[in-house]
Amino acid sequence: MSRLTGTGALVRLVLRRDRVRIPVWILAQAALTGSSAFAVQGLYDSVEKRAGYAASVGSSGASIAMSGPPVALDSLGGITVFEVNTTATITVALMALFLVVRHTRADEEAGRTELLRAGVMGRQADLAAVGIVVATASLVVGLLTAVLFLAAGLPASGSLLYGGVVAGVGLVFTGVGLVAAQVAEHGRAAIGLGLAVLGVGFVLRAAGDVSDSGLTWASPFGWGQGSRPFGDERVWPLAVPVLAALALAALAGWLTTRRDIGGGLIPARPGSPVAGPLLGTPLGLAARLQRTAVIGWCAGMGLMGVAFGSLGPDIEEMVAGNDELAEVFAATGGGSIIDAFFSMVLMISALVATGFTVSSALRLRSEETALRAEPVLATTVSRWQWALGSIAVTVTGTALVLASAGLGAGLAFGVADSDARHIPVLLAASLLYLPAALLLGAVAVLLVGWVPRISGAVWGLLAVCVVIGWLGELLQLPQAVMDASPYTQTPQQPMAEQAWTPVALIVLVALGLAGAGLVGLRRRDLATG
Amino acid sequence: MTTTAASTETTTTAHDDTAIDVRGLVKDFGSFRALDGLDLTVRTGEVHGFLGPNGSGKSTTIRVLLGLLRATSGSAVLLGGDPWSQASELHRRLAYVPGDVNLWPGLTGGEVIDLIGRMRGDLDRSRRDELLARFELDPAKKARTYSKGNRQKVALVAALASRAELLVLDEPTSGLDPLMEEVFQETIREVRAEGRTVLLSSHILAEVEALCDRVSIIRAGQTVLTGSLSDLRQLTHTTVEAETDRPATAVGELAGVQVLEQHDGRVRLDVESAYLGPVISQLAGLGLRSLTSHPPTLEELFLSQYGEVSAGPATEAGR
Repeated sequence: MSRLTGTGALVRLVLRRDRVRIPVWILAQAALTGSSAFAVQGLYDSVEKRAGYAASVGSSGASIAMSGPPVALDSLGGITVFEVNTTATITVALMALFLVVRHTRADEEAGRTELLRAGVMGRQADLAAVGIVVATASLVVGLLTAVLFLAAGLPASGSLLYGGVVAGVGLVFTGVGLVAAQVAEHGRAAIGLGLAVLGVGFVLRAAGDVSDSGLTWASPFGWGQGSRPFGDERVWPLAVPVLAALALAALAGWLTTRRDIGGGLIPARPGSPVAGPLLGTPLGLAARLQRTAVIGWCAGMGLMGVAFGSLGPDIEEMVAGNDELAEVFAATGGGSIIDAFFSMVLMISALVATGFTVSSALRLRSEETALRAEPVLATTVSRWQWALGSIAVTVTGTALVLASAGLGAGLAFGVADSDARHIPVLLAASLLYLPAALLLGAVAVLLVGWVPRISGAVWGLLAVCVVIGWLGELLQLPQAVMDASPYTQTPQQPMAEQAWTPVALIVLVALGLAGAGLVGLRRRDLATG
Repeated sequence: MTTTAASTETTTTAHDDTAIDVRGLVKDFGSFRALDGLDLTVRTGEVHGFLGPNGSGKSTTIRVLLGLLRATSGSAVLLGGDPWSQASELHRRLAYVPGDVNLWPGLTGGEVIDLIGRMRGDLDRSRRDELLARFELDPAKKARTYSKGNRQKVALVAALASRAELLVLDEPTSGLDPLMEEVFQETIREVRAEGRTVLLSSHILAEVEALCDRVSIIRAGQTVLTGSLSDLRQLTHTTVEAETDRPATAVGELAGVQVLEQHDGRVRLDVESAYLGPVISQLAGLGLRSLTSHPPTLEELFLSQYGEVSAGPATEAGR
């Protein structure tokens, strides 16, 4: 039996299991990249505007750290790459990482790999199958990026090169995922390892690009971008990610021969043989279970805040050179351009932060279906005590995540602008979205209480709020639709006037929905697996 | 089946000597009827075996008793209270081992044991440590690294470390090796010696035979047989193997006898326990050379119940 026996069948298995997941990943990325790419074409349609962009953004260290090297920023192609680069490369890396770990270590952990490997299957067939599928998905994302750039009217050679850059990042992280899945003993640890590579890679590229040094080449994000799409173009740098991906896949293959099934190269650490003093109540349990998620979200949102905050001082200059951009900001209301910018940015970060709120609220359901609620509810803990413990963590966690975003933005802007007064203003503005975020969490509780099978539908509701908040003005949605989102109902500070009535209303509705959910939860049967 | 008592009546007639009293319990999941008039009585201080094939409704019954599921109709009385509306008060007095032990992957076994103990409100630290040693469980390992057997041990230690008066165990030993099975049986005997009550749902008939005072056998959501092991045996056949000088050709004509095998002087037959006397007399008259008889094992009881085409009404054996 060859080491790769059964690869074909496993490719079909992976495709069958992910027949929805992979298309969703690909289409979501196409939508993100496409919408920015098309928007850029209209915003920078004259030589003066592009010159203004090149002069302001191209000389801003913060922008370069966030987006990439300032290549050909006086051309539409260069600006488009600069605008979409962060999202496009990070999402393709995340896609590759999550898909690979899901089909390798997570499967092995669940014991499914054992079942397959006991059949006619080569030792490396699963790695090969997952690698082939995810690498292909990355190439499709790259190809779609190129097609969208072409459709936006950009030159062919640059569009294709940039598609190659995006695909290359996907390929490298496919390899990173394969290796991480061999090294770590658990799926979550493998994801963490991959995310660490992603984070370090991003920082190295940022530092390298800002200092214009060779440090960029130490990062997987730096390799493909050396092809300088739309600038002084060259093809050979695209070979680097391909070779790196092959080398990583080979390393992963070799590692499979160095360990037992189920085992890892980094063994799991032992924990405490006794419970700490806090682990004895539903609240203590929920806090313990969500601790890592809260810390991770706070760190991520804090960094996002810092990234936005550091852009603060450059905003006026950026907008000054561009009438359309000025109009976009003017359309969001009066006030200074900086205030308008932070109002927009904080609403977007609040929408992202709600991702934590929703996933945390839905823990009620996942704990139940994983049959981990059962041993708790077989003790003196009542259903309400159990649910309220978890909800308390959702509320506190959401507040912390929003505070991190506001604090990050305030601190970074405060430092860049040498004015500490920005800190409390942006912190308060971010926290003002707490009721809106919790409203979505309350909808999750309501669904868990009454129609638990479709409780995941709350994600769809969040998606609607994202579309309204992020793209509503761009798509010119009717006012009635715009007003339906709690995020647009929340006063958008620091630009808008403070108004407590809408906030209080959102709080009341959220309390009502969550209360109704709790009533339902007490009346129904628990899931039995 | 003897009782069709209304629910109001049974809730008020719960006695101190009855830990669990379930009558005519029905549980529907949509159009699927999981429990179809199930009866179960567990007396205080006994170890009660709860037997039935997969999908017969054992876990569903237990979940109704724990207030995790709401009964469609019928009555269930647990420790003199209503398992649905008084769930959290009643749970102070019981400990539970789920059939499918699912633990929080990031918590260690020791943390889970302490957590469950504290949430129940009683945790005997020295008993916990003693049980950990007896079950040879490493409490410092993360739950995600435990095998099925070890997860089961975590749940068992958590339940056995309590002073609860009722233990509800849903197939608690399905992942344990024979050595640990022995430890488990020891601990259950200790629990019984302390006068506590155990409801033991199990697949392992030898374990039930070794531990239980009474058993209930269910099928398709109904109780088909309940009583003490010796009572149940009375209801069924004894297997007799004999060797006689002259072939026992006429023995098959006696009442209650079914001959299984016969050649030369050897005969193997099943006889209803009530008719054992005449059979032995006749065999003795034929010049008995050897005789073995054994009562039915629980396995035979179990199989005889499931081997029948029609279940018929539940059989109440003895008092």
